Amino acid sequence: MRELLRKPIWPLVALLLLNLAVTPSFFAVRVQDGRLYGSLVDILHNGAPLALTALGMTLVIATRGIDLSVGAVVAIAGAVACSWIAASPDPASSGAALTGIVLALGLAVVLGAWNGFLVARLGIQPIIATLVLMTAGRGLAQLVTDGQIVTVNNDTFSGISGSALFTVPVTVVVAAAVYALVALVTRRTALGTLVEAVGINPEASRLAGVRSRSIVWTVYVFSALCAAVAGLMISANVHAADANNAGLWLELDAILAVVIGGTSLAGGRYSIAGTLLGALTIQALTTTIYSVGIPPEVSLVFKAVVVILVFLAQAPKVRALLARRRRGGSGPPPAAPTTPAAPAPAAETTGSGR
Amino acid sequence: MTALAERARVAARVPTRFLPVVVTFALFVLMFAGGSLRYDSFASGQVLLNLLIDNSFLVVLAVGMTFVILTGGIDLSVGSVVALSTMVAASLLRAGWPAVPVMLLVLAGGAVFGLAMGAVIHYLEIQPFIVTLAGMFLARGLCYVIDLQSISISDPVFRTIAQTAIPLGDDLFLSPSAVVALVVVAIAVYVLHMTRFGRTVYAVGGNQQSAMLMGLRVGQAKVGVYVISGTCSALAGLLFTFYMLSGYSLHAVGMELDAIAAVVIGGTLLTGGSGFVLGSVLGVLVLGTIQTILSFEGTLSSWWSRIVIGLLLLVFVVLQRVLARRSAAAST
Repeated sequence: MRELLRKPIWPLVALLLLNLAVTPSFFAVRVQDGRLYGSLVDILHNGAPLALTALGMTLVIATRGIDLSVGAVVAIAGAVACSWIAASPDPASSGAALTGIVLALGLAVVLGAWNGFLVARLGIQPIIATLVLMTAGRGLAQLVTDGQIVTVNNDTFSGISGSALFTVPVTVVVAAAVYALVALVTRRTALGTLVEAVGINPEASRLAGVRSRSIVWTVYVFSALCAAVAGLMISANVHAADANNAGLWLELDAILAVVIGGTSLAGGRYSIAGTLLGALTIQALTTTIYSVGIPPEVSLVFKAVVVILVFLAQAPKVRALLARRRRGGSGPPPAAPTTPAAPAPAAETTGSGR
Repeated sequence: MTALAERARVAARVPTRFLPVVVTFALFVLMFAGGSLRYDSFASGQVLLNLLIDNSFLVVLAVGMTFVILTGGIDLSVGSVVALSTMVAASLLRAGWPAVPVMLLVLAGGAVFGLAMGAVIHYLEIQPFIVTLAGMFLARGLCYVIDLQSISISDPVFRTIAQTAIPLGDDLFLSPSAVVALVVVAIAVYVLHMTRFGRTVYAVGGNQQSAMLMGLRVGQAKVGVYVISGTCSALAGLLFTFYMLSGYSLHAVGMELDAIAAVVIGGTLLTGGSGFVLGSVLGVLVLGTIQTILSFEGTLSSWWSRIVIGLLLLVFVVLQRVLARRSAAAST
């Protein structure tokens, strides 16, 4: 039981089982028009933007940073791509779509480099450095779209979200590819270790010869790129750019996904698989709220309660308390003279009291 | 010789501590002067007082946020608690409760909410960012549970408070909410600088380990600031209720960002241990002046305020960084 609690997979399993109990056909997957359909596919498809954003966030948090600006970057990417396509001479051509996409990704690199500049070069705390772009970014996105919702009818652009590769939605393919690439690069080369080294002690790793500034710079650019791809997916999904609401609070969900996945906000330790699980958990939670028929007015409370439960179950202090009580309850405590004398009897009385 | 050098160093150090606040004040004066030059009716005492009247809830929020940030924490739940307070107040008034118990209940609710978050942060050692994020979801969610629609308020006491104008000499007036905000600021300054609790707050933000080894009540301070922030949020919620005369789940969305921005522009370090409540008040006034200028200009779109606030944040964090480097260089 304790082993299971330590893995971040149990909230996801619990949510999926809850769905299965309510809708027996929940796990059913069918092929229609050359694309997979089903609730599980929906979770993967709708969760792809969050999973990508959370992946970028994971590396940033691993360097002891945080990127609050991803939601704003999502809005900017969608706004730039859609405005470019809408303003081009032939809004339906694939050329306009590709230019718009390249433009959005290029701008994301600039925005990420800007965050990296503030953090790595000027040495500003990441939480404030990215707060600047979080605050101003959504304003910039509204400036680009002139405060309007820009709709586009472009098959190439919509294809980012709507098309399928070997029956698998492109969004899922892209997210899986990026995850595989990052896992390969960080776990098969020294880069992952260097990122952790920077997170544990930037100064010491710099003295040890790690180019910590370039690494910090890189992770912020990567985070912004991930967010931009997520932004393109989100706006392609609705064929429009909504500078006001696209990616709103996405940074909070991304950070939540990272932390649920077992990455420490203190930096220096990260888990890519954990982040994927965390993102899927959050998406499954959203899907559950709809499929189980939880009324919309209590959905946010439900989400908050699940988040609180997950964190309480993962908190080291709570685990220590639970472990101590279990030891006290199951017969005589093991001979452990190394533990301080005072807390042990206290634990025993609480154990026998239950 | 050494005494002279010592004196010079002290003279150089004291302004450094106050410099961010002085810069914020200068910025406020400059912006206000700029507005006065550009628009005819801008340079009046009432425009100045309106800054306080229209932002009284933000002043109270920023004061609570300053306490939390001084200990090195953060409170993301304040905007949602404001919305929850407006909802609780409006729904209880609709159910026929008298005004005074409603106000007391809302304030107590805010304090309990803060207490719960502070206890989880301190005793279970979960990061403030995550705990208050969950608190933000929970408070906003509870709003929806109470009602999805906006609830308007017809209670005579609330309406009277909302419409009262306290005259100040010729043609000038202040609202009761603004007076409440000023009182809160005065109390906060007293608590932070004249009491043991205030000293502990600064000490915990400076170095928690050292504060603990000195025998200071670290736990009390760390939980206490969240209680203060929760109570301030509830009070700000009441002031916001007077301002809007309604309760609504979508009130005060993103207001936590405005509060944090005001605190940062006011010169408080997000790492904790350094900053002043008055700085945060000036930060709120700067944000208010931006809004006022935008409304006087008329043709500028609302998103410019977000961009300008972002730019100001940038200027201030870079400035703080430069100051921190200089004082670090001076002390070695």
